[in-house]
Amino acid sequence: MIQTFAFYMFALLLLTAGGLVILSRNPVHAVLWLIVAFFNAAGLMLLIGAEFIAMLLVIVYVGAVAVLFLFVVMMLDIDFAELRSGLARYGVFGFLLAAVLAAEIIVAEGAWSAGKIDLAGRIAAVSGDRTNIEAMGALLYSKYLYIFEASGLVLLVAMIGAIVLTHRERGGTRPQNISDQVKRRPEDAVRMVNQPSGQGVQL
Amino acid sequence: MTYTQWFQSWAGENLGWFISHVTLILLIALPLMLAVAMIIYADRKIWAAMALRRGPNVVGPLGLLQSFADGLKVMLQETIIPSAANRGLFLLAPIITFTVAQIVWAVIPFGSQQVLADINVGLLYILAASSLGVYGVIIAGWASNSKYPFYSALRAAAQMVSYEVSIGFIIIGVVLWADSFNLSTIVEAQKGAGVLPFLNGFGFNPLLFPLAVMFLISALAETARPPFDLTEAESELVAGYQTEYSSMAFALYWLGEYANVILMCALNAVLFWGGYLPPFDWAPLYAVPGMIWLFGKILVFFFIFSWIKATVPRYRYDQLMRLGWKVFLPISLLFVFLISGWLMYTRYGA
Repeated sequence: MIQTFAFYMFALLLLTAGGLVILSRNPVHAVLWLIVAFFNAAGLMLLIGAEFIAMLLVIVYVGAVAVLFLFVVMMLDIDFAELRSGLARYGVFGFLLAAVLAAEIIVAEGAWSAGKIDLAGRIAAVSGDRTNIEAMGALLYSKYLYIFEASGLVLLVAMIGAIVLTHRERGGTRPQNISDQVKRRPEDAVRMVNQPSGQGVQL
Repeated sequence: MTYTQWFQSWAGENLGWFISHVTLILLIALPLMLAVAMIIYADRKIWAAMALRRGPNVVGPLGLLQSFADGLKVMLQETIIPSAANRGLFLLAPIITFTVAQIVWAVIPFGSQQVLADINVGLLYILAASSLGVYGVIIAGWASNSKYPFYSALRAAAQMVSYEVSIGFIIIGVVLWADSFNLSTIVEAQKGAGVLPFLNGFGFNPLLFPLAVMFLISALAETARPPFDLTEAESELVAGYQTEYSSMAFALYWLGEYANVILMCALNAVLFWGGYLPPFDWAPLYAVPGMIWLFGKILVFFFIFSWIKATVPRYRYDQLMRLGWKVFLPISLLFVFLISGWLMYTRYGA
């Protein structure tokens, strides 16, 4: 009973929040609704017993990705009137995209009700005596090791690409070299002078 | 008979579970608020003592009731909402901070078998919940519609996200050694885990000690305590994201922040210094309730936090970022390699 209630609660909130992401006039509100959507998706994950995925969803998407979204959106100075003026131009394209997605959902639903592809030989349900994390780790680091490593490489390349694209050498900056500062001793910086009166200091 | 079973024996299975858990939540949340009030007092007293001042000493004996007087004061103040602020979000932000600071306590083990939610992703739950804390700050900064809070929110976002990365790697080191994400299991795994077999705590292990130090410093940055309190650097940003807040909304930030600080002290104790275990693996010491050991360790760490606050000058923002990304991240990554290598060689090798 409580599971059914929880499922419909999470699902309803997820759909509502998802809808409000695209309906909100204010982009900051849209990102906040997106965070609510992530949360409810994590709740659904918990219900099917995938607590590890649920926690990762919150840590990665809510804790990091959405923060950066919010970061960017808050700094943009958005002219709402200008945003709405493009509706006629982009509306057709958006409608086409929605039609394609709807068609795909209908095809997937039809194919699924015709009988699902037998995947039992490829993936097995998690057995009860293992925690989520152990089961996923055992699978990722044995059967799917190469794919896992390859996806790591893709991320590395993406990271290097982003750095190469955005990094530029600025001339004339004076960055702090902390090890130089730590190595500096009083003898290098201060000179005691017994200064006789009436003469300038020899520097 | 456990606590929950006792309730279930007279209220039925479901209702008994519900009543017992509600009372348990209150048993954690209410003393936590009291602890926050006292720890604010302790913070001010320690800070004052290090500056050769007296600190709060007027309200109640030794000034012990100062925090309650302050609480009463803010409750009687007027709640001011700036006319240009985004009303809903402006009021939501302190609630987020306050709530998040409380929900994390659900998975902290106070003693053997004494934990509200003994889930097997406990540590991830803490990471997930504490990563939400940043929203209280960002939303406040944006919703205030004011320059200084906004700068502060941008700083907070970058600072918290940066230090969560190194905290993540530090936690992986602990998880590798304990072989679990469950906090109770992690504490139990620390029995005799020191370099000498009678010491309880990963911190006594030379491979994990550097992680313990980095975690302590990252905890300071994560809770925006001095020397990393750039989000509320008063010489640059007035009061940071709290500038436009008054009355209870301000008090919620105050309570939430200190609850977070106590939580970070508790996490230091639980992850590296044996949590509810006594520091030495010696039978008579186990007669002392685990809660006493945990609270003692929390107080020791809180004293260290206050000590640092009173002595270390504030970091510059670029220095903070450098420390997080160029020092802690590579070193914690190196220790993940060292620890997993050592464990492969000793525990799993064959």
